[in-house]
Amino acid sequence: MITQAILARLDLRGRLFLGAILAALVLVPVLNLVVPAGSPFHVPTWLVSLLGKYLCYAILALALDLVWGYCGILSLGHGAFFALGGYAMGMYLMRQIGTRGVYGHPVLPDFMVFLNWKELPWFWYGFDMFPFALLMVFLAPGILAFVFGWFAFRSRVTGVYLSIITQALTYALMLAFFRNDMGFGGNNGLTDFKDIVGFPVQAQGTRVALFALTLIALAGSYILARAIVTSKAGKVLVAVRDAESRTRFLGFRVERYKLFVFTLSAMMAGLAGALYVPQVGIINPSEFAPGNSIEVVIWVAVGGRGTLVGAAIGAILVNFAKTTFTTGALAPYWLFALGGLFVLTTLYMPKGVIGTYAEWREKRRERATLAAHAASKPAE
Amino acid sequence: MRIIRLPLTALRWVASCLLLGLVFTHAAQAGPLDDAAALFAKDSFTDTARAIELVAESGAEHAGPAIEALNDRRLFVAADQTVYFRDAAGAFIALVSGAKLPSEPAGGNGVRVNNRIRSVINTALGTLTLQSPDPAKRRAAAEAVFKSRSPDSETALQAAIRNEKIAPIREIQQTALAAIIATAPNRSDIDRLAAIEVLKERGDREALTPLNQIPAEAGANVKDAAKAAVQTINNRLATWSAVQNAWYGVSLGSVLLLAAIGLAITFGVMGIINMAHGEMVMIGAYATFIIQEIIRQNAPGLFEYSLAIAIPAAFIIAGTIGIAMERLVIRHLYGRPLETLLATWGISLILMQAIRTLFGPTNREVGAPAFMSGSFRIGLIDITYGRVWIVGFALVVFFAVLALLRFTPLGLQMRAVTQNRRMAASMGIRTARVDALTFGLGSGIAGLAGVALSQIDNVSPNLGQSYIIDSFMVVVFGGVGNLWGTLVAALSLGIANKFLEPFAGAVLGKIALLVFIILFIQKRPRGLFALKGRAVEQ
Repeated sequence: MITQAILARLDLRGRLFLGAILAALVLVPVLNLVVPAGSPFHVPTWLVSLLGKYLCYAILALALDLVWGYCGILSLGHGAFFALGGYAMGMYLMRQIGTRGVYGHPVLPDFMVFLNWKELPWFWYGFDMFPFALLMVFLAPGILAFVFGWFAFRSRVTGVYLSIITQALTYALMLAFFRNDMGFGGNNGLTDFKDIVGFPVQAQGTRVALFALTLIALAGSYILARAIVTSKAGKVLVAVRDAESRTRFLGFRVERYKLFVFTLSAMMAGLAGALYVPQVGIINPSEFAPGNSIEVVIWVAVGGRGTLVGAAIGAILVNFAKTTFTTGALAPYWLFALGGLFVLTTLYMPKGVIGTYAEWREKRRERATLAAHAASKPAE
Repeated sequence: MRIIRLPLTALRWVASCLLLGLVFTHAAQAGPLDDAAALFAKDSFTDTARAIELVAESGAEHAGPAIEALNDRRLFVAADQTVYFRDAAGAFIALVSGAKLPSEPAGGNGVRVNNRIRSVINTALGTLTLQSPDPAKRRAAAEAVFKSRSPDSETALQAAIRNEKIAPIREIQQTALAAIIATAPNRSDIDRLAAIEVLKERGDREALTPLNQIPAEAGANVKDAAKAAVQTINNRLATWSAVQNAWYGVSLGSVLLLAAIGLAITFGVMGIINMAHGEMVMIGAYATFIIQEIIRQNAPGLFEYSLAIAIPAAFIIAGTIGIAMERLVIRHLYGRPLETLLATWGISLILMQAIRTLFGPTNREVGAPAFMSGSFRIGLIDITYGRVWIVGFALVVFFAVLALLRFTPLGLQMRAVTQNRRMAASMGIRTARVDALTFGLGSGIAGLAGVALSQIDNVSPNLGQSYIIDSFMVVVFGGVGNLWGTLVAALSLGIANKFLEPFAGAVLGKIALLVFIILFIQKRPRGLFALKGRAVEQ
């Protein structure tokens, strides 16, 4: 029944997307675990982790598309929410190391022993418990987004001003996390993880499980986002995007809708970060860099703003291109390519891959109807 | 015994004077040296110590080398009681006359030294330099005595004060003497009070140390005076440290101003979010580097003028790139600020990578002309000329831009186009051309900022990245579309930053300011000096 309710909300594009996720959910683990390593169909474990990383980015892009594509809030600080979720997970993973660290301290992570700290700072309490860490994955970015949005939206900071202050937010957080005194490992960040809920992080099985979880999270995020944008509230969001003042004059409490979707989106970004950290094996303050957050925007723009599926596809496409570029002889030219992508997408493909494709198909159908019309005319 | 020796040495003195053709009046100064020679000849430690002091107080030019020679056991007494030493060059010099001896006198015996003598020698050498003919050495010696506050130096210091002709050095010597008197035991309270007064007059951090070491036996009024003096000095230090922070703040603010003026035009006046603004600054800095390289290779004599040449060059290069950007990309995105933001970010990535490919990722060396190096002192703070030039340059650029917008036809057209594009077009203004020129102007000014920043920051491909967020903060804080707002915002953010730094540290101070601006924008979304009227509704 729930499946039916979900399917009813989805258009063809969404069904195809969920179908692809389902296929990957079955295929990739099978190709990795069952098919022998020598076979051409075998998917090596590093590739599984790499794909998992792309999928985390896809969730992040989806989160941004929800606020930018449907509510017109161009956040240049979504990387901060992503990183906060990542840090929450990283702290849990650090506490799991236990005595296996370089200094073998039962409670303190290595970097604290190195800094000569005597006891755990209060904000590290509870992170040894997975449920608490999981809660913080959502709460840390959620509360920050709520407080920030509460101030920003109530005082009607909109458009580029909002973009610039979200950028300042992530920049300030980056500076803060680079400090050793903050108690988050300074510029080295958190790394050298061992276990996640009892399973070794590096093991093949764990990596495949994390990949599968990321896929499920992506599907869940998509379904949730889709449910929101097709609901009545979703219509209001689009109205806010297109004519904020008019929506307000019609009696809608614009700031509440914005705050709701912004906070939800931040939590989604936090989840993406939390899944990202165990698969990549490190989280450090450079995740807060303003450039990272702007890059997320280009994923969404490339895929197609306001399409949800497009955002996810854009994230995967751009990051695939990035990996291809930066691992080969073309590495020095990656920034040229990325920069060109920014310029060309905004100039020539403002609707992104999905939007442009939809437009093209629309035109073709129109032409077909016209042709059919023309063909049927003489018969009349 | 002194009476016996005197005729003999006096005779020898006269003889050597005649030999060298020196004026006889020198003999009148030679008294202490004669006594010293006699004491050295006895070669008992007590007499040697006294002799060293006599030599040191004599003020003779060869006194220093003579005492150093004694330290190295190069001071001898000959069989005929002539006291002479071998100087560093190996020549033999008579102690009394300071004249070079034709050959080593017969039967020379080294004067013995022990540890007590060595310490006397060290003090003597310290006090000797107090009267060195080189003013820099005298000053250093006086400062050293001020720091050591050794009562042994007192007599020499008094002698030095009597002979000193240069007022500032005499002042240092007097404070040194005051420091000795204030801290030494067994002085009268009147002397101590006078000394405290002198130290209070000096009034810097170093003067606090002797004031805090008044001996316990001093009278209550002395201690009170010292306490009051410490209080006065602390107040003075606090005032000067505030002045210093303010100056550093103005200096930082002028850097922010330089980086932000161009943005105030492109973002503030035209409404274009130019994320590549920082790269224009970076290009200006690299233009300076290239100009200096060309000058180094072709005309090293022009190096002093390299910055003057770089200023127009950077303006033209950055301005041209800006015009090209506007014509090729931004023109198509008017009315879509968020897309402009993304496209210009892309351009910034391309420019950064282009510079990295051309010049490599490492820092490039940009030299400073002579007129920008060095510093001067006001009160208790040092001010470098480079910073003064940058503050001046920032203000000149600021007022030039202001004048350009207000008094030139181009400025008039710019304002017309930004205020009402269609009406301006109807009046015959070629709006597209004005757009390109305005954007070129903003970029060119960013290039000028690069010339100034090349003097104080690392010239690397990432130079612009570190200024872009700050520049946006300044423009947004000051109020979009208002150049005066930019000036006030840049200076107040710079000063606030420097006053926060001592309490919070550089990074936390910066974070605090960012948070402050974020909150401020919530309160006044259009900045300090918001435009009023219809323009707001756009």
